[in-house]
Amino acid sequence: MPTPARRIGDVVLSLDGISLAFGGVKALTDITFDVREHEVRAIIGPNGAGKSSMLNVINGVYRPQKGTITYRGRQRHGMDSHAVAEAGIARTFQNIALFRGMSVLDNIMTGRNLKMRTSFIEQAFWWGRARREELDHRAKVEEVIDFLEIQHIRKTPVGRLPYGLQKRVELARALAAEPSLLLLDEPMAGMNVEEKQDMCRFVLDVNEQYGTTIVLIEHDMGVVMDISDRVVVLDYGRKIGDGTPDEVRGNQAVIDAYLGVAH
Amino acid sequence: MLYREAGQFKVTYAKDQQIFPIRQDRIAVIAVVVFAFVVVPLIANQYWLSAILIPVLIFSLATLGLNILTGYAGQLSLGTAAFMAVGAFAAYNFELRMPALPLPVSFFLAGCCAALVGIVFGLPSLRIKGFYLAVATLAAQFFVVWALVRFPWFSNYSSSGVITAQTMVMFGIPFETPVEKYMITLTIVALLALAAKNLVRSATGRAWMAVRDMDVAAEVIGIRLMRTKLLAFAVSSFYCGIAGALYAYAYLGTVEPEAFTLDLSFRILFMVIIGGMGSILGSFLGAAFIVLMPIVLNVLVHWLNGILQSTFAWSLPGSITSNLELMVFGGLIIFFLIVEPHGLARLWQIGKEKLRLWPFPH
Amino acid sequence: MSFFLEVLIGGLLSGVMYSLVALGFVLIFKASGVFNFAQGAMVFFAAITFVGLQKEYGIDFWLALPLTLAVMVVLGLLIERVVLRPLVNQPQITLFMATIGLSFFIEGLAQMLWGSTPRGLELGIQDQPFEWLMDRFNIGVSQFDVFAAVVSGVLVVLLAILFQRTRIGRALRAVADDHQAALSIGIPLQQIWAIVWAVAGFVALVAGMLWGARNGVSFSLTFVVLKALPVLILGGFESVPGAIVGGLIIGAAEKLCEVYLGPFVGGGIEGWVAYVIALLFLLVRPEGLFGEKHIDRV
Repeated sequence: MPTPARRIGDVVLSLDGISLAFGGVKALTDITFDVREHEVRAIIGPNGAGKSSMLNVINGVYRPQKGTITYRGRQRHGMDSHAVAEAGIARTFQNIALFRGMSVLDNIMTGRNLKMRTSFIEQAFWWGRARREELDHRAKVEEVIDFLEIQHIRKTPVGRLPYGLQKRVELARALAAEPSLLLLDEPMAGMNVEEKQDMCRFVLDVNEQYGTTIVLIEHDMGVVMDISDRVVVLDYGRKIGDGTPDEVRGNQAVIDAYLGVAH
Repeated sequence: MLYREAGQFKVTYAKDQQIFPIRQDRIAVIAVVVFAFVVVPLIANQYWLSAILIPVLIFSLATLGLNILTGYAGQLSLGTAAFMAVGAFAAYNFELRMPALPLPVSFFLAGCCAALVGIVFGLPSLRIKGFYLAVATLAAQFFVVWALVRFPWFSNYSSSGVITAQTMVMFGIPFETPVEKYMITLTIVALLALAAKNLVRSATGRAWMAVRDMDVAAEVIGIRLMRTKLLAFAVSSFYCGIAGALYAYAYLGTVEPEAFTLDLSFRILFMVIIGGMGSILGSFLGAAFIVLMPIVLNVLVHWLNGILQSTFAWSLPGSITSNLELMVFGGLIIFFLIVEPHGLARLWQIGKEKLRLWPFPH
Repeated sequence: MSFFLEVLIGGLLSGVMYSLVALGFVLIFKASGVFNFAQGAMVFFAAITFVGLQKEYGIDFWLALPLTLAVMVVLGLLIERVVLRPLVNQPQITLFMATIGLSFFIEGLAQMLWGSTPRGLELGIQDQPFEWLMDRFNIGVSQFDVFAAVVSGVLVVLLAILFQRTRIGRALRAVADDHQAALSIGIPLQQIWAIVWAVAGFVALVAGMLWGARNGVSFSLTFVVLKALPVLILGGFESVPGAIVGGLIIGAAEKLCEVYLGPFVGGGIEGWVAYVIALLFLLVRPEGLFGEKHIDRV
């Protein structure tokens, strides 16, 4: 089914000359690309190309040695995790980073922690403002739970869920923060066809309903070509392709990288 | 049959967030609270109050404190006794030097002093984790005890640092008898336990558990690690401080710095482990277990001796009880860690689950 | 100057004794990733068994030695079987707490078997200063301390060789890194752990004998474990040379601080100055001088 044309806006995130190295290992070399508002931008590339490192740089987990990140007009050399979260950037992780000791509901509620204003003393007394705030945020979280169809497992401890559902809960936690930019690190890894279709549907719904800009890393070419507006291709830490899915599909360097021609 | 939730639907989030969402639980808890506040003072004798109920309550409070730090926030601490010592001596000094302050205020301030000390010794947690942090808390343990002895001001220049807790007086009424001390202790512990339960269900508690489970992810969603960890240390030490003050005022009467040994810290850690890490109920169960166990053991050995004496005209040597106690403690810790790492609280939960199905097996 | 040297040397030598206890920790940590809080209790158990065999049963010194060693080895095997095996792959904290429980258990057992009266341990070396050092340089260095240092040194060298050069040593290091992975490549986990705990028992015996001769054999021997912790922090939990260097630094620093800083704060700082030093060190270099840096992958 053809997707309706999305209103893609101006550049909201731009990375210039990002270089990241761990000791002698060069994870990223001189990466430059941008992301426009409301679009779905995919980052693809063979294993070890530096895709997760790229997300980590945007996220503030790693600080690049060179280059700048400009998000919504504010230029920084490297971002601090808390500032990033406050700026409305949320993400999911490749190896699920859920809080195993808590239930699904609690995990998603932590996504709202940043928005909670009451002090711990008010929370200890559970009256007035603290109570209202908790219930307000609970209502918002329930919206996300409805959206992702995980009502039936909201009280289950996260460690007991199958892999596919855990990934969905992680997405819920990221969405609970009402982000304007969502970074997804292999959201469909390890899923069967049905689960992938569900996840694709959710990602597209998020983009269309909430207008969230999405940057996603994904290996499944079918998914990437189908849902993304533009694609960046990385290989050995360098950018080797950038454009619409069709443009990238025809790029010789990309074909070489994926077919394993020595380069 | 008795424990069915059938028909108990929750139509508002507020109802769903209750501490005891199941009606039978609510009834049971109210019954326990009424029993504790009304029935016990009427029927309990002095021994039960002074030697069992009051220490169980006080240690439950200290265990709650340590549970907040280690069970919920994941910061291992071996310095619990030091924070109790701070609370005890701070309360003594407030009562002594500012007698105009009402007793609850003195206790509250004592807790705050302990919280401040807790924050100071919690600062290393910003850079180190796991049992490296435990070693740092050991520094607190030794340093605090040394400081209390070294600066006689704390003990009002008494010899060997011993302090004698003043009589507790509120609204002009002295609280001297075991029953009165029991009521004060019970009230304070009940209120603080309620506060703790509210805290751990709220955003603060979730932040603690997030830091415990995966601090990198917690940071990424915007939780401030420093604030969260230091808050855990502060609240935990506050609770231990109040427990320490009660320890001096409602239980022992006289304390010295050396009474707050590493051994005491370990005992409280055992209460946390056996009761269940990350569980409010577990704190009470663990404390009760550890306080009661030596008594039960004593009775058992006595009884065994009686049989041995009459059958073989031989009885176990006297020293066996204390050594047996050590062995049983150690053995139980290992047993619980292997069999049920989540302690008595989990066993209680499993029991309730079975009760839901009763009389059916599954 | 000569007083300073005396304090320094005394500190260094007592530091070597700390290293000896720390070694037992490093061994077990290196081989199983377990921080064995019960090492102090094992030292106590070894010492009291050794003395008990001699005094209660009148066994000769040179026979009691192998007997005690056998007892320690059996104890080590039992620990591995009863405590460690059921807890394979549990998080470090759980294992650490299990060893705390274990230390209580061993203490109770030791006292139940041999009673709790303190007793002395004779090794034949006197705690007297060397005459010629005293006469020529006016430095008092105890013969016993030097003997203990030499023994510890020999032990360390042997253990270092064991770990670095032998096949068993490599297997031990693999196990410490990842139990599951080691199992999956066919390393006999149980045998390895049995070996390790037996060796740790041996180290505990040597430490027990030296410490017992110095301070007498009593319940307080279990507290030497607490002194080993700052040593391990300084040296790194996985490093045999680190245990030595850490021990020397802590031992010397402790004595020097007590003598030169102590009078300003009223003395008695020996009890905690080691911890404060370790704490400050932790803030600067969390993995210790020789330890391995931990990198968390997201």
